[in-house]
Amino acid sequence: MQIDFSYVIWIPAVLLVSFLVVGLFGDKLKPMLSGAIATLAILLGMVLSYTAAFQYFLSKGLVDGTYQTFIPQNWEWLTFYDTLVIKLGVMIDPISIMMLVVVTTISSMVHIYSFGYMKGEKGFERFYAYLSLFSFSMIGLVIATNIFQMYIFWELVGVSSFLLIGFYYTKPSAVAASKKAFIVTRFADFGFLVGILVLSYYTKTFDFQELMSPGNAAITNMTGISFMGMSVLSWALLLIFMGGAGKSAMFPLHIWLPDAMEGPTPVSALIHAATMVVAGVYLVARLFGLYVLHAPDALAIVAGVGAFTSLFAALIAVTQTDIKRVLAFSTMSQIGYMMLALGVSGYVGAEGLGFTASMFHLFTHAMFKALLFLGAGAVIHAVHSNEMGDMGGLRKYLPITHITFLIAALAISGIPPFAGFFSKDEILVAAYASNQLYFWTEWAVAGLTAFYMFRLYFNIFWGTDRDYEHKPHEAPFSMSFALIFLAIMTSIVGFIPFSQYVSPNLVPFTTHIHWNVAIPSIAIGVVGILVAAILYLKPKATADKIANAMPGLYKLSLRKFYIDEIYVWVTHSIIFNSIARPIAWFDKKVVDGSMDGMAWITNKVSDKTKGLQSGQLQQYAFVMIAGVVGLALFILYYLN
Amino acid sequence: MIEGVGVTEFLVVSTIMFFIGIYGFVVRKNLITILMSVELILNSVNINFVAFNKYLYPDLLQGYMISLFVIGIAAAEAAVAIAIILNVYRNLQGIDIEHINTMKH
Repeated sequence: MQIDFSYVIWIPAVLLVSFLVVGLFGDKLKPMLSGAIATLAILLGMVLSYTAAFQYFLSKGLVDGTYQTFIPQNWEWLTFYDTLVIKLGVMIDPISIMMLVVVTTISSMVHIYSFGYMKGEKGFERFYAYLSLFSFSMIGLVIATNIFQMYIFWELVGVSSFLLIGFYYTKPSAVAASKKAFIVTRFADFGFLVGILVLSYYTKTFDFQELMSPGNAAITNMTGISFMGMSVLSWALLLIFMGGAGKSAMFPLHIWLPDAMEGPTPVSALIHAATMVVAGVYLVARLFGLYVLHAPDALAIVAGVGAFTSLFAALIAVTQTDIKRVLAFSTMSQIGYMMLALGVSGYVGAEGLGFTASMFHLFTHAMFKALLFLGAGAVIHAVHSNEMGDMGGLRKYLPITHITFLIAALAISGIPPFAGFFSKDEILVAAYASNQLYFWTEWAVAGLTAFYMFRLYFNIFWGTDRDYEHKPHEAPFSMSFALIFLAIMTSIVGFIPFSQYVSPNLVPFTTHIHWNVAIPSIAIGVVGILVAAILYLKPKATADKIANAMPGLYKLSLRKFYIDEIYVWVTHSIIFNSIARPIAWFDKKVVDGSMDGMAWITNKVSDKTKGLQSGQLQQYAFVMIAGVVGLALFILYYLN
Repeated sequence: MIEGVGVTEFLVVSTIMFFIGIYGFVVRKNLITILMSVELILNSVNINFVAFNKYLYPDLLQGYMISLFVIGIAAAEAAVAIAIILNVYRNLQGIDIEHINTMKH
């Protein structure tokens, strides 16, 4: 029986309508009504996504041991000519369904949470309009049937991210951050676009299914063409990965993500922790068949970038004092895990564990990281500051936030039975099977993660009370609801047997916890927590002493390894001074100069010669006759 | 054919007329006189046409025809020129050529 998933199209459609209604008429509606419209739209989306997920995974998706791919709609959107058609459609397969669930769940919680968090803010309805736009674009991205549709929605999420980071547009730092995010990701997307063009130039298609079909001769052909030591396919996939790296804040394109924390906290939770930033992981997962089967060299680079970023970001997170920035670097680090897991994955059966683990970690990370951000939002809401130094002893005032934050922190530290343990364990197993170096790196990062998360936790909720302007109060119900919901999710989603649902070749396999890997990883997590507890549970100067003992390292980490400064140096000193300035000089002096010079010469010549035109007829006649006579004499006497 | 008179004599006369015309055109300040000088130039040309026709190609009529055309055109030109001169006089209260330089501006 053919199953009908055509209702999935209603998810983005409803969100688009909600965006248009709230966006266009929001200022005429009551703010609460705008919020309610957007929230209802996303809740409807959530219900539909869950329906689709249950239908797909539990009854209809699995046929003869393989998950089927359904394409209920695929419209021709732009027809340039017969071989160049851009389609828009809906693609249902395990990872798109999983992403639908993630996006709608987190987005719904953020919508609900924002009722409390954004209450009374100027631009409340604008905020909800942007949220709808973002959810619409993100869903369009995950259900894309072809790479060009993905690219279109990819840019749309970029725009919504830009709009939401710059939500407080009267604040110069927010404006700068939004521009930075947009420019950096746009720069990366340039690589994505070139990659798409290279890929489609050789394969003559944008369609994922055609690209991934096993016997695609064009793909095999592409692996045969070599360019600078790598096949053309590897180049194309690397360029596409560059787009993914920009969106997912992989080193060295990560610089926008910490600054993006200028946006409202629910936005950070939704866009910069749970959904948009994992779009890069999703992109690589989407094209995983190409990477793993035809371009292992590109996949190795993905793994390397992921591993490096996870370590790099964790080292920075240790010293940051702005709680949202700690979470931002932790997000980078966790996405590094996902990239690494994809990078070390194989394709068939249990070798595909890395892929499964990556998607699993994406899923669980979305839950606990959104929870961490929303918890941080509740803390910021209570104390009106982002700085760790302004917080302390908050567990008495914010019991719900405290408990939920603790659950999320345990989850990200990889402590069972919370979700992060299971997915991180799978990633470590996959890394262990592939490369010991990666395994030990990620193992160390797990310890760092536990340390900085609990540094954050102890600094916020334990330690001494500060002089609060007013007594911190627990978040309103809408915020607590979202926190509790996500805390429950964080506690239970780890038990989902993910390998039964998501695998690279769509054939389910079974996996179990590898205790030989899990025990060291739990151990290092516990060590990280204990170290954090020793240093930060009671106010002591030990942490400062350690920092003072290694001033160079501490400064290096605090200043984020000077990557921003390097960017500034590269753009200002190298690009501006050596490229832009000479070009500007050439433009001003040579291009403009030649035009100005012509005008100047004409001006001067006319100035000198205008005396000749006296208006005296007889002068003209005299000159003319003299000329004729002179010419006649010349002809007579000289030429003869 | 006039006995004892060669083409040179005609040419001498026409050259003298021509340069008298040129001299008048360049030196005289009155527009009417300038117009008369132009007529002198034209007529010196006519003499050339007729003389050459007579002495070189006695059987043909082109030279006579051209000179007739020149006379006709000179008459038309004189009519137009006098009309212009009248208008100049009305506008500028004079026909002294040195004062007619408004087109320069």
